[in-house]
Amino acid sequence: MGHCRVDGLSLPPVGNTLEAYPHPPLHHMSNKPQAHTDYWRANLRILGCLLALWFTVSFGFGILLVEPLNSIRIPGTGFKLGFWFAQQGSIYAFVLIIFYYVRRMNRLDREHGVQED
Amino acid sequence: MSVRDWTYAIVVVSFALYIGIAIWAKAKTTKDFYVAGADVSPLANGMATAADWMSAASFLGMAGIIAFQGYDGSVYLMGWTGGYVLLALLLAPYLRKFGKFTVPDFIGDRYYSQSARIVAVFCAIFVSFTYVAGQMRGVGIVFSRFLEVPVTTGVLIGMAIVFFYAVLGGMKGITYTQVAQYCVLIFAYLVPAIFISIMITGNPIPQLGFGGQVAGGEWLLDKLDGLHQELGFAAYTEGSKAMLDVFCITAALMVGTAGLPHVIIRFYTVPKVRDARISVGWALLFISILYTTAPAVAVFARTNLIQEVEGRAYSAEAGTAKPVPAWFKTWEGTDLIAWRDKNDDGLVQYRAGAPFEGKPAFVEGLGANGERLVANAKTDNDNELYVDRDIMVLANPEIANLPAWVIGLVAAGALAAALSTAAGLLLVVSSAISHDLLKRALRPDITEKGELLAARVSAAVAVAIAGVLGIYPPDYVAAVVAFAFGLAASSFFPAIIMGIFSRRMNKQGAVTGMVCGIVFTASYIIYFKFIDSGPGSQDRWWWGISPEGIGAVGMLLNFAVALTISKLTPPPPQHVQDMVDSIRIPAASRKEG
Repeated sequence: MGHCRVDGLSLPPVGNTLEAYPHPPLHHMSNKPQAHTDYWRANLRILGCLLALWFTVSFGFGILLVEPLNSIRIPGTGFKLGFWFAQQGSIYAFVLIIFYYVRRMNRLDREHGVQED
Repeated sequence: MSVRDWTYAIVVVSFALYIGIAIWAKAKTTKDFYVAGADVSPLANGMATAADWMSAASFLGMAGIIAFQGYDGSVYLMGWTGGYVLLALLLAPYLRKFGKFTVPDFIGDRYYSQSARIVAVFCAIFVSFTYVAGQMRGVGIVFSRFLEVPVTTGVLIGMAIVFFYAVLGGMKGITYTQVAQYCVLIFAYLVPAIFISIMITGNPIPQLGFGGQVAGGEWLLDKLDGLHQELGFAAYTEGSKAMLDVFCITAALMVGTAGLPHVIIRFYTVPKVRDARISVGWALLFISILYTTAPAVAVFARTNLIQEVEGRAYSAEAGTAKPVPAWFKTWEGTDLIAWRDKNDDGLVQYRAGAPFEGKPAFVEGLGANGERLVANAKTDNDNELYVDRDIMVLANPEIANLPAWVIGLVAAGALAAALSTAAGLLLVVSSAISHDLLKRALRPDITEKGELLAARVSAAVAVAIAGVLGIYPPDYVAAVVAFAFGLAASSFFPAIIMGIFSRRMNKQGAVTGMVCGIVFTASYIIYFKFIDSGPGSQDRWWWGISPEGIGAVGMLLNFAVALTISKLTPPPPQHVQDMVDSIRIPAASRKEG
């Protein structure tokens, strides 16, 4: 990765980009360890689930289903449920989704031996 | 001390703090300048990202937009936060692993194409200048409203400050000043919000007061819905935009957020992939503090506005009705409120619809009740009141009768929001020129010292251009903000996503996709913002989608074209495929394969 071929024009190695790679990159796809393929598949599964959740709380509850949900009140508050998701709940859910993702990925990195340091 | 003294004192102290940080965090290498040496702690990066992201518009304008749009304003809340989920899951960790300096870096290397790099450079510069013009203008306006100096002087002071820490410190200076700016702006936003929440609902937490009860036991939101319907507005919690349009605007804002270069480059500044993930989490947490408070402030301010103003007498001598509160006249004095007594009863009548055409054009002389006169042509509805949406945040401290220092704090907070965003954007412009254009394309043999100098010079030039745009704002600034998100959504986002998630995506596919996405989105926005923008043009929108939302369609078009073309053309070279494999994992596996 020290040199980059760009439209047939070969650029010299960029001095300080090497240190930006904490670990040497892989060289041949054919040699790609099985661990990497498994890791990537597991990663895509996690992404799929979390993005489904992301879509549901915002586009689902906050937009597409907002009218039916507005007939429900959150007990003890003046919030209609759909309106609450659109202006409050979706944002809380986004924060939780990211923090869950971070924890889950850190574990996944260790399970597949691809963690840094 | 008067309001002005307090404002001066707080603004000067906060500026001195920013300059002090800039001197402490001087950039010594290009790596310092572009990515703060890539050793920012995730928590600090989260705060800096939050300040970078929350602009003068978020701070001053958002609560106001929501107050006037009710449920429809949710597009901004979900759109400008939901994008961070995409950033965390789909972009930040991989771009950090890629580990260079800019967005065009990634596009150029991943698609092994100098033309792709140049297209990305121009998109990045265009998007950033579009955005930065509004920030510098915001700085000028805050100065003129709070410190009674001309807008131009305000812009010049703002330029001087940004010049100091952006040119000297680069990303390093910017990052640490943004941390301080985040603290200033969030404190300035929360203090009035908490007091207003207590005043209206008795609950100190605005997010709970939002769903709380007003005196008399009625739910605040029900009361506001009722007031709205009485006066002929759409119910606050229901809104009036078409569902497909709300869907598309939200999608375009989310995807645009995740594709904005000044946000993406923040995740190059942390040491590790793991840090990039968690710093998006911190960023969104810090952003959500303001974004969940804003809709509460909107409801408080809206309810208060209607109750305190509707049916009141403008002049205390007018007779039986209670007079309008003092802040009404203060803000009338700064052109943000205008009242035109259409039925000559001396009472303020607030209804749906514009009271007159356009923004108020004040003329010399006073009306029968002592109100300022406007020259605008009258509309034929019953509404007599013009309220600028910015007032919702600006007037809060006065509405809640808060002490003078709180008003000074709000001014400092608004300046922090505008300056931090401006600095982040200017850095994108500077690195696009010195790194992507000069180092990576035109003069690959430039020395480290030469590149650092070029970076400083282009930052200085960018500050100057931004200042000029702030002093002489082009009329179309408001209209082109849709461009920034539309272009980011229809160009960068799909190109980066496919660069990571599709090993097979090649330059032919990506470049054609980007060009189709941009051309489609830009044509639609230009057509409906400038050519066919009059009344009734909404009926001609495709599928009822507004120019603000069309970026979502442009993004889909980009994906579709890119995937099709790449199937028909050869796969990318092996070293590019290896690069894709390498950015997908935080570190090479130490287990046997």
